[in-house]
Amino acid sequence: MTDPRERILARLKAAPKRPIPECPAWSAPTYGADERKAKFRAMLEASHADVHEVTAADWPDRLKAILAAKGVRSMLYAPDSAAGRQLAAGWTGDFALVPYDHPVEDMKEILVTGVDAALTTAEAAIAQTGSLVLWPSADEPRLMSLLPPIHVALVAEETLADSLAEILTAQNWAASMPTNAVLISGPSKTADIEQTLAYGVHGPKELIVLLLNAGDGR
Amino acid sequence: MAAEALKSDFGGKAHIALNDPKLRANFRRAMDGLMTKRAAQFADADEWNALRARGAAVRARALAQLPELLERLEARCQANGIQVHWAETTAEANAIVLGILQAAGAKRVIKGKSMVTEEMHLNAHLEAHGIAAVESDLGEYIIQLAGEAPSHIVMPCIHKNKVEIAELFADKIEGQAYTENVDELTAAARKALRGRFADADAGISGVNFAVAETGTLVLIENEGNGRLSTTLPPLHIAVTGIEKVLEKLEDVPPLLSLLPRSATGQPITTYVNMITSPRKAGEKDGPKAVHLVLLDNGRSRVYGDSELSDTLRCIRCAACMNHCPVYTRVGGHTYTFTYPGPIGKILTPQLEGLDCAGDQPHASTLCRACADVCPVQIPIPDLLVRLRTEAVHPSATAGVKGGGSAQSLSESLGWRGYTAMYGSPLIYRVVTRLMGLFGNWVPASAPMLKQWTSVRTKPKFAAKSLHQLAREKGFSHD
Repeated sequence: MTDPRERILARLKAAPKRPIPECPAWSAPTYGADERKAKFRAMLEASHADVHEVTAADWPDRLKAILAAKGVRSMLYAPDSAAGRQLAAGWTGDFALVPYDHPVEDMKEILVTGVDAALTTAEAAIAQTGSLVLWPSADEPRLMSLLPPIHVALVAEETLADSLAEILTAQNWAASMPTNAVLISGPSKTADIEQTLAYGVHGPKELIVLLLNAGDGR
Repeated sequence: MAAEALKSDFGGKAHIALNDPKLRANFRRAMDGLMTKRAAQFADADEWNALRARGAAVRARALAQLPELLERLEARCQANGIQVHWAETTAEANAIVLGILQAAGAKRVIKGKSMVTEEMHLNAHLEAHGIAAVESDLGEYIIQLAGEAPSHIVMPCIHKNKVEIAELFADKIEGQAYTENVDELTAAARKALRGRFADADAGISGVNFAVAETGTLVLIENEGNGRLSTTLPPLHIAVTGIEKVLEKLEDVPPLLSLLPRSATGQPITTYVNMITSPRKAGEKDGPKAVHLVLLDNGRSRVYGDSELSDTLRCIRCAACMNHCPVYTRVGGHTYTFTYPGPIGKILTPQLEGLDCAGDQPHASTLCRACADVCPVQIPIPDLLVRLRTEAVHPSATAGVKGGGSAQSLSESLGWRGYTAMYGSPLIYRVVTRLMGLFGNWVPASAPMLKQWTSVRTKPKFAAKSLHQLAREKGFSHD
């Protein structure tokens, strides 16, 4: 018993055995179809995010207009994602599209200070807490939703679930956790100075959610 | 290490804190705000009761299987490519972290908020070996600039107001003009730290929950500094206490619904960051190596007692301190050690020993406010009483560090005399008569008596006892 691992485990195993308690019943809240979207919007907006309802056809133009109005000069995008391809096809925006197409080591400067915004997709959304579920990938890396001052997230309405508990179970996350999974519920914020809320302390200052309506234009 | 020389001086420090009106005002304002926001989150009593019962059971289940779950966590993490290290003491943990950094040639470290690394005094250890560790959580950054320790486990710089922070920034950040505007102060920190994130050779973070089932490290935060510290540098070292393990991924949602709501009254934190592996082939970012350091530092000893081990259920939300009538008046620095407030009063004496923090379990009125708000139902007041007992009559099984250190011959004789007096009518009568005759002659500063009278008026003895008066009135005791 020379190494700390053995000593720690030996002490823990020597402790008196205790019964494993049952988990009492508990369930996360559920919502009706209309209520769900309203709750999602209300929670996100309360967290200082902007929510825009868009369609599969019009979202690139809506995105252009929203970002141009904010004076954005360049936006990071994922050239190999479906959304990235749709956006880049025939791009004629007022600002430049910058592809995240190399490892971070090769484009750190651009990522850290060189772009004003980034577009990612979200796997799903959660009504209870107004959260986006991101599973960053090789195509859509982790830093996209973190370094640029504005994060735009495209999320399909049909992926909207009631709670994290529901999504975790329904999609059996435990069987296939990715390198990194993130829930995002608003722009970066802090209240460390006198409990006063301030946005954009280290992550994005703004979160813009494009909620892709289920039926095109309904 | 400086930490080993520390000894609690609650009475002395409380006296200073209570007479500091600025400190009192800073804490009062903050604690009132946090209590109001938490209450709004748990307005539905049924929901609160069901949720906390679930949260408590999830934590109790994990602890009941702690050794097996730690082995499963280790195996899953290793299968995912996360390297796992075990440390029995803070010195071992510091050496492990330093070793990993030196092997990678890392000189600059960016840190996400972590109370366990505060417990280790990691920054000082790294600095002594030529490695600069910069805190990136805004509150932690502020107190690092000020050269202070956190005074609250969630809001580390809660003891400072914006005037103090404005002065500090103007003094310590190059080119920063004096401003009390919170947005400008926050922007100054963002600007100052951006480059530190980009330059860092390694990121160090804590862990909120470590899921054994999947080998996933869950970190929650609002600022994005935690995500940056664990994503941008090529190396990530996560440090956690061995008690933070959960059995299953499905245990995360109920605790996630309790922790931020209890801590800051938010429905959820801005970011919930779940890390399961280092960067995989083809991925463009994320650390290429991830290490997990599991720190014991006395926790396995706490685990040995089935009552005291409830201490280990804690998810570090700080609701107990926000609602404590003692903490809210004296602030976190009064507690000397890393964990203040009610949870600190049961944890610190067990980790550091009753011989150096034995006064802390007494710094309580046992009002139960902490137990009422604890999201995992830790019976803090019961454990405070238990620790008071352990300090005088150590139980053979618990083995609390420094148990029995408050034993004193005079106190023990005093209690024995008290027992004898109440066990014999004759002695009782003699002693009460003597007290009636001479009690008022004994000065308040007499040995043994002065501990009581230092903060209280010495009682005045009546010339005749109640028994005597009753007998004179003709009452008979049978």
